[in-house]
Amino acid sequence: MDKKHWPLWEIFIRSRQGLSHRHVGSLHAADAEMAVENARDVYTRRQEGASIWVVPASAITASSPDEKEVLFDPADDKVYRHPTFYDLPDEVKNM
Amino acid sequence: MEMDLLQRFEAYVAEEKKIEPKDWMPDAYRKTLIRQISQHAHSEIVGMLPEGNWISRAPSLKRKAILMAKVQDEAGHGLYLYSACETLGVQRDDTIEDLHSGKAKYSSIFNYPTLNWADIGAIGWLVDGAAIMNQVPLCKCSYGPYARAMVRVCKEESFHQRQGFQIMMTMAAGTAEQKAMAQDALNRWWWPSIMMFGPPDDNSPNSAQSMAWNIKRFSNDELRQKFIDLTVPQADLLGLTIPDPELKWNEETGHYEHGPIDWDEFNRVIAGHGPCNKERLDARRKAWDDGAWVREAAAAHAEKRASRNTESNTAAA
Repeated sequence: MDKKHWPLWEIFIRSRQGLSHRHVGSLHAADAEMAVENARDVYTRRQEGASIWVVPASAITASSPDEKEVLFDPADDKVYRHPTFYDLPDEVKNM
Repeated sequence: MEMDLLQRFEAYVAEEKKIEPKDWMPDAYRKTLIRQISQHAHSEIVGMLPEGNWISRAPSLKRKAILMAKVQDEAGHGLYLYSACETLGVQRDDTIEDLHSGKAKYSSIFNYPTLNWADIGAIGWLVDGAAIMNQVPLCKCSYGPYARAMVRVCKEESFHQRQGFQIMMTMAAGTAEQKAMAQDALNRWWWPSIMMFGPPDDNSPNSAQSMAWNIKRFSNDELRQKFIDLTVPQADLLGLTIPDPELKWNEETGHYEHGPIDWDEFNRVIAGHGPCNKERLDARRKAWDDGAWVREAAAAHAEKRASRNTESNTAAA
């Protein structure tokens, strides 16, 4: 690897058991193990971490913001997926 | 096409929506954010130096551990900000090179020396206090990564100010000599701290565009006034005197009036002629150069570990 450039890693932290990992930022590190150690130092100084994921930034594929409307269009006319679409009698209002 | 994109962008921002890294943005928006975020990051890293100066001479083990934790936080803040800056398409090494070459600026306050332990109290109380005043509105700025970094920073910053105020309280209530030291530190750090909010509104050309794009939410003078109003009662509580003979409560306006700020001093310091500008940059360059072996060793270690893993994989196969 280029001695000057450490690759970029995106960091995900799970703060407590039962929650999911959240993206918290990025950092440069020489490899995955060092990325985890660095993430521990940079992103969990206040006991924010029960678990750390590091992912090479190059491994992430993102949807294109320009194509947002087209990509998410199929859900726009399916309002019946939401519970509020259904009009029910008072007796079963808790359903 | 470009006109439509610009209109859409401005409407989006006006609706308080967040701009994210891959969204279309005007060149000028990108450039001003790169400049602001990188200079903010540089300020955090350079800001480690005046306080780092007293780690080896803290009055007690507890205060030493606390100061180390504060300085570690500043390093972390710098890293959050470099990371946010990178999302705008700049390489981290280039950003750092701009600091070392003198091309990029950092907050003027860090060009002042820390002469004794009382300065550590004054810095935590006033400098971190002013920084918090600036940073809380930035939590709502339009650029997503910067706003999120600021939320993190603000959570961590409040212990910094409390630590400083607590030092000032201890010294102000101590021996006559300790109280005099605390007063002297306040005398030296007050004016540079209120200069941290930048030039007066009528001399701040970039502000209008930054405010239109929801990067800047309050003007320099507004924040400065808010800081003064909040801090004067704190000084009263300490039993210390703010070094401004014209400082006076105005019942009508509901604000403190203050004396004239020496903008010549501010401009001199920003232009590189403050007491510690050269020392700060020399220290940063030295740290970078002296740390080259760490960067190389880490890369070599990674290579070695990777080839060891391949070897054991092929051996197992």
